[in-house]
Amino acid sequence: MDFQLTADQRALRDGTRELLTGRFGRDRLRAAVDDPALDRALWRELADAGFFALRLPEADGGVGLGLPEAAVVFEEAGRALLPGPLVAGHLLAGAVDGVATGERIVALCDGSAEPVLCEHPADCDLLIFLGGRAPEHVGRARQSVPGEVARAPYASVDPLTPLARVTDWPHGTPCDGLDVPRLRREAALLTAAQQLGSAARTVEMAVGHARQRTQFGAPIGSFQAVKHLCAGMLVRAELARAAVYAAAVTGDALDVTGAKLLADEAAVDNARDCLQVHGGMGFTWEADVHLHLKRAWLRAVQWGGAQEATERWAAALVV
Amino acid sequence: MDLTFTEEEEAFRALLRTWLADVLPKLPPKPAATDWPGRRAYDAAWQRRLHDAGYAGLHWPVDAGGRGATPTQHLIFLEETEKAGAPYVGANFVGLLHAGPTIAAEGTAAQRARWLPPILRGDEIWCQGFSEPDAGSDLAALRTRAVRDGDDYVVTGSKIWTSHAEVADWCELLVRTDPEAPRHRGISWLAMPMDAPGVTVRPLRTLAGSTEFAEVFLDEVRVPVDHRIGAEHDGWRVTVVTLSFERGTAFVGEVVACRRVLAELARTARANGRWDDAVLRRRLGRLNVEFAALWRLTQWNVSEAQRTGGVPGTGGSVFKLRYSHARQELYDAAAEVLGGQALDAAHPWVADRLSALSYTIAAGTSQIQRNIVAERILGLPKGR
Repeated sequence: MDFQLTADQRALRDGTRELLTGRFGRDRLRAAVDDPALDRALWRELADAGFFALRLPEADGGVGLGLPEAAVVFEEAGRALLPGPLVAGHLLAGAVDGVATGERIVALCDGSAEPVLCEHPADCDLLIFLGGRAPEHVGRARQSVPGEVARAPYASVDPLTPLARVTDWPHGTPCDGLDVPRLRREAALLTAAQQLGSAARTVEMAVGHARQRTQFGAPIGSFQAVKHLCAGMLVRAELARAAVYAAAVTGDALDVTGAKLLADEAAVDNARDCLQVHGGMGFTWEADVHLHLKRAWLRAVQWGGAQEATERWAAALVV
Repeated sequence: MDLTFTEEEEAFRALLRTWLADVLPKLPPKPAATDWPGRRAYDAAWQRRLHDAGYAGLHWPVDAGGRGATPTQHLIFLEETEKAGAPYVGANFVGLLHAGPTIAAEGTAAQRARWLPPILRGDEIWCQGFSEPDAGSDLAALRTRAVRDGDDYVVTGSKIWTSHAEVADWCELLVRTDPEAPRHRGISWLAMPMDAPGVTVRPLRTLAGSTEFAEVFLDEVRVPVDHRIGAEHDGWRVTVVTLSFERGTAFVGEVVACRRVLAELARTARANGRWDDAVLRRRLGRLNVEFAALWRLTQWNVSEAQRTGGVPGTGGSVFKLRYSHARQELYDAAAEVLGGQALDAAHPWVADRLSALSYTIAAGTSQIQRNIVAERILGLPKGR
């Protein structure tokens, strides 16, 4: 047993962080808040770096890595608040032409969600729906081009993630080659990894602010009331880390739902505490804290929420 | 990241399982919780069996009489012994987890030869004399005085929260040897015989009704100078060394046990109909997620210790903060499963609900743990 990042995994993490710091730093993040249209040049650079082809076999032009490495990369994406249907790009790189290279942008929509939402509707070249309420959609995948899909406007709470409400996708064609349970499972895991990255980042933001902000003649981080908030944030992030990494190693469906639950809690609760530590500045548009909180809210309801996870883990107690 | 075990680790596990299956049915019945001499004899006999089978001091260094096992082997040992229902470390806790490792790390050859073998054999029981009535979370405020008189220290003061004091042979004692020095620099670590004249033990009754710990009064107790471990006035550093020996494995068996209790709660709730209450059912599901993750965090911490050559990481405080809270939540959920029976103090879950209340206090309160996490891991400035 050696449940720690390998040297290669650490190098992958560091390299991804370096790439995202350089190509999607704070200026780019704030520019994306003002104009959330996806940057196709960046998307192709992510593709060149292996973001989407990470787990495709090397013979097919992929990087040949596994789910743990994907989790490491998506943790970094979550940390940087990198926008766009990244999970879909990664999961469909081997199934849809042009996705691995970043030439086409594809979104995954949870057809069984209520309402059915689509991320970045103006930027996607193809939409793939997993499941659905209609009997012929259950457990199956269908694809549509955006023009065929009936949509209603939806004012997304997350300024970095434009959303549309899908009202109907009548002309979709079946894509029976896709393993729907596996896509859902891996989408949940990679979403959890992003939540973990966000949770870890908000700890750093809170600690950085608490060290530098002075009140009553001392850094506020020297006061236990603030210190203990920060400590609690780290505890949440580290427990979620153990669960997310373990689920990435086992790939087990139950492990994934548990990891998602803990990562959702860590991302949302840490963003809330980070906001609190920032005081009045935390409540402003200018601070980045709200971007973490809003994205965490969005991800928390994607690919399985708390109710489903707790029911599954309750059922697992009595098998 | 690898969660599989090596062939060597699996062989270790298989051998241990075979031994446990052979030896556990031969154990005598467990003594009553109030029968302290009986508990001591039972715990000591179990330690002797471990010793004779080569499992004593598994994670101690070989030159201290241990087996020098890896942190992963130690994890396997704790997991398998708990799953098989083997006795808990009990009265041997302080000797095996605190005093012994301190003597192994800081003692002279003669001191190691005197005290380590009896700990490993279960022949001598140790207790801990650290906390005082006015030195709890602020341990360095301790005031028990030790004054040199020839070849002895003469010790006067009092200690509190001393588990197993009634049956212990030795006490790992922190005393103030230099009252003028800055408070962390005037402390020494002594091995005090509990039968020395001037030692008085007064059992303290816990809110659970039992006498799990005691107050120890010291009235001019003579402790030979050669019973001091480490240099004079260097006891604080010696103690910090001790406290870092647990490597995040102190609660491994308990996490295994909590997961078993949780499954029992679910079965009981199914039988008495409360399982149909979605709020309770999901609460149990949430606890299942929590304990599964605590197990993964344990594996993470143990792997980290393995990579750093046994030096504990910072994961211990993170783990303890979450685990102590989860344990209390578990038994609060148990009370809900029990319904009207939750007021029956004779029910084992009710007794465990009461004892769980100590977990956020003992071995560093949750507030102290948060200070440790904030200052040592996150690097936030020390407060006042």
